[in-house]
Amino acid sequence: MNQKYLVPLAGVFLLFLVAYTGVEGAGLQWLFGVVVPYAALLAFLAGFFYRVMGWASSAVPFRIPTTCGQAKSLPWIKQNWVDDPDTAGGVFVRMLTEIFLFRSLFRNTRAAFHRNEKNRLSYSWEIFLWVGAMAFHYSFLVVILRHLRFFTSPVPGCVKFLTKMDGILQIGLPELRISGVVLLLAVFFLLLRRIFDAKVSYISQAADYFPLFLILAIAGTGICMRYFTRVDIIGVKELTMGLVTFHPVIPKGVGGLFYAHVFMVSILFAYIPNSKLMHMGGIFLSPTRNMANNNRAVRHINPWNYPVKVHTYEEYEDDFREKMIEAGLPVDKKE
Amino acid sequence: MADQIKPDELLDKIDHTPERGDWMHTAVQIRPGMYCYSANPASLETMDMPNVRKWDPLDEDWKLPENWQEIIHNGIKERLERFRTFKVFMDICVRCGACADKCHYFLGTGDPKNMPVLRAELLRSVYRNDFTTVGKILSSIPGGKKLYGSRPLTLDVLKEWWYYFFQCTECRRCSVFCPYGIDTAEITIMGRELLNLLGLNIDWIATPVANCNNTGNHLGIQPHALMGMMEFFTEDIEEVTGVNCAPQFNKKGADILFITPSGDYFADPGTYTCQGYLILFKYLKEKYGLDVTWSTYASEGGNFGSFTSFEASKRLNAKMYLEAKRLGVKWILGGECGHMWRVVHQYMDTMNGPADFLEEPVNPITGTKFENAKSTKMVHIIEFTADLIKHGKLELDKSRNDNVKLTFHDSCNPSRSMGMLEEPRYIINNVCNNFYEMPPNTIREQTFCCGSGAGLNAGENIELRMAGALPRATAVKYVHEKFGVNRLGAICAIDRAALPTAMEYWVPEVGVTGLHELIGNALILPGEKKRTEDLRFEPLPGVEEEDDE
Ligand code: SF4
Ligand code: SF4
Repeated sequence: MNQKYLVPLAGVFLLFLVAYTGVEGAGLQWLFGVVVPYAALLAFLAGFFYRVMGWASSAVPFRIPTTCGQAKSLPWIKQNWVDDPDTAGGVFVRMLTEIFLFRSLFRNTRAAFHRNEKNRLSYSWEIFLWVGAMAFHYSFLVVILRHLRFFTSPVPGCVKFLTKMDGILQIGLPELRISGVVLLLAVFFLLLRRIFDAKVSYISQAADYFPLFLILAIAGTGICMRYFTRVDIIGVKELTMGLVTFHPVIPKGVGGLFYAHVFMVSILFAYIPNSKLMHMGGIFLSPTRNMANNNRAVRHINPWNYPVKVHTYEEYEDDFREKMIEAGLPVDKKE
Repeated sequence: MADQIKPDELLDKIDHTPERGDWMHTAVQIRPGMYCYSANPASLETMDMPNVRKWDPLDEDWKLPENWQEIIHNGIKERLERFRTFKVFMDICVRCGACADKCHYFLGTGDPKNMPVLRAELLRSVYRNDFTTVGKILSSIPGGKKLYGSRPLTLDVLKEWWYYFFQCTECRRCSVFCPYGIDTAEITIMGRELLNLLGLNIDWIATPVANCNNTGNHLGIQPHALMGMMEFFTEDIEEVTGVNCAPQFNKKGADILFITPSGDYFADPGTYTCQGYLILFKYLKEKYGLDVTWSTYASEGGNFGSFTSFEASKRLNAKMYLEAKRLGVKWILGGECGHMWRVVHQYMDTMNGPADFLEEPVNPITGTKFENAKSTKMVHIIEFTADLIKHGKLELDKSRNDNVKLTFHDSCNPSRSMGMLEEPRYIINNVCNNFYEMPPNTIREQTFCCGSGAGLNAGENIELRMAGALPRATAVKYVHEKFGVNRLGAICAIDRAALPTAMEYWVPEVGVTGLHELIGNALILPGEKKRTEDLRFEPLPGVEEEDDE
C-alpha cells in the first residue's frame, strides 16, 4: 500500500540527486542544462501531438452530450443553454466554463450515510476539491507565466505586471510571491487528500502520486533558490536565453540546485504525454461535453455506420398471418 | 423471494470507507443476489451472437473459445478506433474521485468497485497494459505493472468485468460530476459489447432482445395476444368512463404512429399509463379528428439491444422507421420511457435515418412545430401533451387526482441524455394539486437511478436492485414523511416495473404512477359518465362521502 507513494517519492528524490550530483560532482552541466531540456521539450511536443492526433483520429459515431439542464424544447420552456446547449455558441460557453472554471467539479457533493432509525443518506456540497483544483491550476499557470521573464528579452510588460501583482503583498526580501505559496499549499492539499481520503487512496496508483511529488520538488527547489540560496539570476537568464536562441551557453556560478530544478521540470514535461496529465488536452475532445444537444433536430453522421440484418414486416407477417387475421388486424398479403 | 435479504441486513452492510489494500489483487466473488443468470442459448442464436452455449457464472469454466484473449484484444482495438469517447476516457481520468460517491450502486452496496472510477479502471488497467507505450515497457520490468496500475487480461479479470459491468445501469450520473465528462455508462457499453463477443450476456437482456426481434416486443407478446390485452384495457376504461376508447392497430394512412414500451401493456402500474394513452387518443380523435395508430410489428419502444451492442440496438430500432414508412404516417409519437428515449434521441437518426419519408412533426391541433425533432421526426408524448395543455386543448379536472400526493422521479435518460426536466413538471402541475419535489441533489440532472435499469430488472439479482434503489427510496421516504407523499411519478417503463418493488421494500406506503395515468384520470372525455373511480378502480376524492349521505 505504502509502496504506492513511497516508490514515487523515492523516485523523485533520486531524480533530484542524479541531477544535483551529476552537476556538482561530475560537471555534467551540458547534459542537464542543455541536452535534457531540449530532449524533454521535443518529447513533450511530439508526444502531445501524437496523443491528440490519436484521439482526433478516432471516430465520433454518435452525438452523446451529457445534458445537465433543461434542453431546448417547446418555445415557452426556458432552456439552460450553458449546461444543455443546442448550438455551437452554447457549446463554446459550456466548454469555457469547464476549462476555466471547472464547472462540473463545482457541482461536487459528498454523500454520507447514517445508520440509525432514520437511515438518512445525505449529500452536502463539497467545494474543497474544486477550490484545491482551481488554486493548483491557476497558481501553476501564474508560475509558468512568470517564468517567461527568463525566456524573453526584453521581458514583455504583461509578464512584468503579473510578476508585480504576484508580489503585491510585499512581505520579506526578495518579496514573497503569492503563486508559489498557493501552489505549494494546493499540491499539499491534493497529496494529503489522496493519502488520507479512504476512497481516493483506494483508487490511487503510484502514477497519481508521482506528478504530485515531482511538482512539489520543483516548487520546493524553485522557492529554495529564490529565498534561501539566492541563485545567480543573471547566470540563469544567460542559460535560458541561450536555450531559447539556440545558442546554448553554460554560465559560471550557477549550482546543482538549479540544474536539479531544470531536470525535474524536464522530466515533468516529458512525462505529460505519457500520463493522465494529458487531461489538459483531452478535456477539449470529450464528446459528452463538446457536443450540442440538438440530436433530433440535426442528423449526426456515423462514419462507420453499416447495414444490419433486420427482421422485416414481411417476415413478421409470414410468422403471424393467421393469428393476425383472426384478431381482426389488417394484413398486407391475404393468404 | 422468501430468502430475500431484509432491508436492515442490507443497510448493515453499507460502509463507504473501502478497506486498505490493492483493489487489483482482490479477486472477484460472484455472489448470488447480485448477478443475473446467463443468457439462454436460443436467444443468443436468434441474434447471431458468437459462442452460443449453456454456461453458469458460478462455474469455474466459462466455456470460452481458445483465443478469447485475442478476441477481446482485437475488440478493444477496434472500439478505440470507432469511439473517441472510449479512447479519450481510457486516457484522461485523473482518479480525482469526484465521481466516486455519485453512483447509486456504490451508495447502496459500499462495494468500492462500484465507484464509477473503479468500474472504469477494471478495463483501463488492461488498456494501460496492452495499448499504451509506457504500459508495454513497464510490464516487461519487474514491479513495473504496479507502478503504472496495469494488469494483463486474465480469466479473473474477465469475470470481474462481467460482474461489475452488469452492476452498472448506464445512468450517467457519474458523468455529470466528472470534470472531463467521463461517462462510465459509455465504458460499460463498451465493456458489454466486448463481453458479448464471447457470448457472455445475461438472460434478462438476451431473451427480451430475441423476443423483440421476432415478435416485435420484449415480452414476446404475439399480435393476437396484444389485441386481447387492449380489449381488456378498453373494457376497464369503459367501466370507469363509460366511453369506448379502443385503439386502432397497423392502420395505413393514419396521421401518427404511436410506439411505447411493451412493459406498459403487461403489468401494473404501467397498464394504467397505457390506458391513459388510450383515453388521450380517444379524446383527440373525437375533438380534433387526430388519427393515431399503434403497431403490432413495432410494438416495442424500449430497446434492450442497446444494453447488448450497438448492432443489436440498431437491428431492433430499425423497425420504428420501417413501420412508419409502411403505414405512411406523417411522424412518430413515442411513449413514456427512459432508455427508449436515449436510443431515439441520441442514436436512432444516426443509426437508421434519415427519415426523409416522414414530415417534420407539427402538432395538427395546436399548430406547434416540434423544431427540436425536425430531423428524427419522433416526438415525446410528454412534449406533445405539454403542448396540448399549454394551448388549452385538453379539458382537465385536476381534482380527480386529489387523492394523489405526488413526487416526481426524473428518469436517468430523459434527464441526462435529453434534458427533459420542465415538460413533465408542467404536466404534473396541470393534472395534480399536490406535488412535492424531492431534495435538489436527487432530482433533475442529479437524479438517482431506480437501480434496475440497463437490463438489470431481473428477479435473481434482487439484492443488487434494492441496494441500488436505496438513494432514490431514501429521498422518497423523506418527502413521504415530510409531506405525506403517497405516489411516485415517473416517465419511464422500467421505473414503472422496478420502482414498485423498490417502494414496497423501502417505503411501502408509496405507489408508482406514470404521468399519462394522471392525464387519463383528469381528462374529461366527450360523453363520459359521471366518474366515481379512477383507473385503478379506487374511489375518486369526495365520492365515498357523497355515497354516505
Ligand atoms: S470524476 Fe472523472 S476524472 Fe475524476 S475519478 Fe471520476 S472519472 Fe476519473
Ligand atoms: S453510469 Fe450510473 S450505474 Fe454506471 S457507474 Fe455511473 S453512476 Fe454508476
